[in-house]
Amino acid sequence: MSTTFMSQHSQSLAPVANPTPERQRWFLVLARNRESTLLVVLLLLIVGTGLAEPAFLSWHNARDVLLNVAITAILTAGMTVVMLMRHIDLSVSSTLGVTAYAVGSLFIAIPGMPVPLAIVAGVLIGVAAGCVNGALVTFGRVPSLVATLSTLYIFRGIDYAWVHGGQINATSLPDAFSHIATGNVLGLPILVVIAAVVLAGVGYYLKFFRGGREFYAIGSNPEAATLAGIRVNRRVFVGFLLSGALAGLAGVLWLARFGTVDASTGKGIELQVVAAAVVGSVAITGGVGNVWGATLGALLLGVINISLVVLRVSSFWQLAIQGALIVLAIVSDTLLSRRIAKWSMKKRELG
Amino acid sequence: MSDQPTQPRLELRGASKAFGEVQALLNGCLSLYPGEVHALLGENGAGKSTLVKILAGVHKPDTGTLVINGVQRHFARPSDALEAGIAVIYQEPTLFADLSIAENIYMGRQPLDRLGRIRYDEMNRWTQEILQSLGVQLKATQLVRGLSIADQQVVEIAKALSLNANVLIMDEPTAALSRPEVERLFAIAERLRAANVAILFITHRLEEVFRLTQRVTIMREGAAVHFAMTAEMDHDSIVARMVGRDLSTYYPKADVTPGEVGLSVRRLSRTGVFRDISFDVRKGEIVALSGLVGAGRSEVARAIFGVDPVDSGEVYVMGQKLKLGKPATTVRAGVALVPEDRRQQGLALDMPIARNTSLTVLNKLVHFGLISGKAERALATEWGSKLKLKAHTVDAPAGTLSGGNQQKVVLGKWLATHPRVLIIDEPTRGIDVGAKAEVYQTMADLVKEGMAVLMISSELPEVLGMADRVLVMHEGRITADIPRDEANEERIMAAALGQTDPASRKAA
Repeated sequence: MSTTFMSQHSQSLAPVANPTPERQRWFLVLARNRESTLLVVLLLLIVGTGLAEPAFLSWHNARDVLLNVAITAILTAGMTVVMLMRHIDLSVSSTLGVTAYAVGSLFIAIPGMPVPLAIVAGVLIGVAAGCVNGALVTFGRVPSLVATLSTLYIFRGIDYAWVHGGQINATSLPDAFSHIATGNVLGLPILVVIAAVVLAGVGYYLKFFRGGREFYAIGSNPEAATLAGIRVNRRVFVGFLLSGALAGLAGVLWLARFGTVDASTGKGIELQVVAAAVVGSVAITGGVGNVWGATLGALLLGVINISLVVLRVSSFWQLAIQGALIVLAIVSDTLLSRRIAKWSMKKRELG
Repeated sequence: MSDQPTQPRLELRGASKAFGEVQALLNGCLSLYPGEVHALLGENGAGKSTLVKILAGVHKPDTGTLVINGVQRHFARPSDALEAGIAVIYQEPTLFADLSIAENIYMGRQPLDRLGRIRYDEMNRWTQEILQSLGVQLKATQLVRGLSIADQQVVEIAKALSLNANVLIMDEPTAALSRPEVERLFAIAERLRAANVAILFITHRLEEVFRLTQRVTIMREGAAVHFAMTAEMDHDSIVARMVGRDLSTYYPKADVTPGEVGLSVRRLSRTGVFRDISFDVRKGEIVALSGLVGAGRSEVARAIFGVDPVDSGEVYVMGQKLKLGKPATTVRAGVALVPEDRRQQGLALDMPIARNTSLTVLNKLVHFGLISGKAERALATEWGSKLKLKAHTVDAPAGTLSGGNQQKVVLGKWLATHPRVLIIDEPTRGIDVGAKAEVYQTMADLVKEGMAVLMISSELPEVLGMADRVLVMHEGRITADIPRDEANEERIMAAALGQTDPASRKAA
């Protein structure tokens, strides 16, 4: 570029004075800190349940919640990436199921297979599944809801045809592999540490890398994304790959955690994952959300489930409560944004 | 521009582009030289937007050559055009509402550190510098959601500036700007021109062409038909080349004696938006509601129609008090609203023309509980011919029409309800000269038939040409009420800028 108009004047300008901070309003604070709000709700829930039933606050319970949530949270992170782009990936549960069984079969075929290789294999299977979804959505122009709904059934069907009523048992798995769920590092189960590292990685990528920001851009305004020179199809494809890869990883971890795997492994978990993302204020309309919030959403749902068990609430209520939580999350988001809109109108009138 | 450099910065020759059966561009030609502001003129549908999108790398031309700085180029995607130094400011801001202003400006080319991480601090600082240089009170970290159209436009301009663009294409940038903002834009354009940038400026406002540009290219029916120095042209010769015909009766103001009051608004208020709005519109009268963008004009219209809530006040239609907040009731009372943004609010773009036209009167087209497609088409054809709609078939999606023809569909849709009061918001925004004249003629015919028309408009020539009375709004209040024979640009602008108009009848 030969013209240097901007560079000239950006150098000649004095540094910018900090704009005067505005008086913080409660709803603005709340809107800007949705994740912190979730965190507070989560802590209140834990403390409340603990007061009602002190046995709840046991190391055993905490470990259980963390192990369960770790797997859901990985799936939720993948779902977050896809939802940011205004898409959805319903096939994750089937991908998880297929991967868990496939990796289990690999261990039976090659008993001495190193654990890292198993993880890589699982992730690759997930990537393949993501490839199918991505191709359908980008090249096939199939709406992701329909595309991944079909692959949800297709992958599951393949799983059933392949497994044929069989199952993998923990006894066929090497100890080194089961150690992922049973062993500790820094006092935490290895599985949880792996999940935490992956979540942090995805979250960091979404915030600090161009590719990550492009997910937001595409979901916020697909047309503008194209105009900004983003290769939208490629990015959407990558998003589905990422979701598939994470589902594959989740499948491997699922196998390590439960040991017993059959054709119906992970069935129905996709909706729990969408629920967690929505509760974690990832917008179904795209462009808004992050992994931290989504993880808190997954954690909140996981903790609620256990507290309901501890408080001996009928399991029928658990589903209803999960549903209510989703509604609450969306309604509060809507009310907040309306409140803010009204406030900014008032501000405009007052000058 | 007498000593033009020999080599143009950008040259497009013989470009054509077809979308399916529609030949959007037949022979697009353009040459842009450094340090000039070049007007690209033509009716909507003349192929300007297609030409712009070819330059922006959005569309690949079917034929033609594009030469930039003497080198032939092929743009496969928008980023190729950006790399070649071509920045486009589109008619409708295309921004990411959920991201900050800084991210909007630097999307896809954020400053990175050695590890490839985005340097937010640097990005925000650069953005703040650009915003400051534009003299606007915006923060780099602010979300785009909630910004006015004018502010969004500023973000678009800032983005182009940040690109160090040496070719800047502005596709109707002033359509949504208030006058001070237009002035600010012109000042920026002048600075860029002085810095040897080539600017392509598309507008429907001819006065802007004479103010700002040095050369013009005029397009008609997909082809570039005329190139000239702006100084050699005048208003009439430009219009004649654009439409290929003479426009003798541009503002066909009908001579009608106003009848009884059709629409009466009393002390209408909505917190933060408008306050104490009172006025009457008589049958056979066109009342213009003028003022700057953001003065609250459209909001008043939407409140009367019942789409937006009001905090207090009353509205009477033909003497009957209207229950506010219920659009269906308002329609039944005989009010029609042709909205400002026809793509978002006026039309279902993917639906056929016929379906769009029938939306307002569906219950009249029902036979045995089913909607008759035949009746729908008959209705659309009837209004289409009355309004001189240019469409191959009423089964074509409304989105395939040009802006002017889309507006005719919206008009037809509402006139099918046989309203007694017509509220029409920016009747000719983004519409070409020929279609404008037809919309004006329609309005003139309507008042002859006794319609009460409230016209919201930012185009002063249109207000002066068509209105019997001009109401001017400033920051949510009516600041002037000027009869036709006393109305002029100066008085309207003064009132729009908030100066009290001594001679006007003070609104109750």
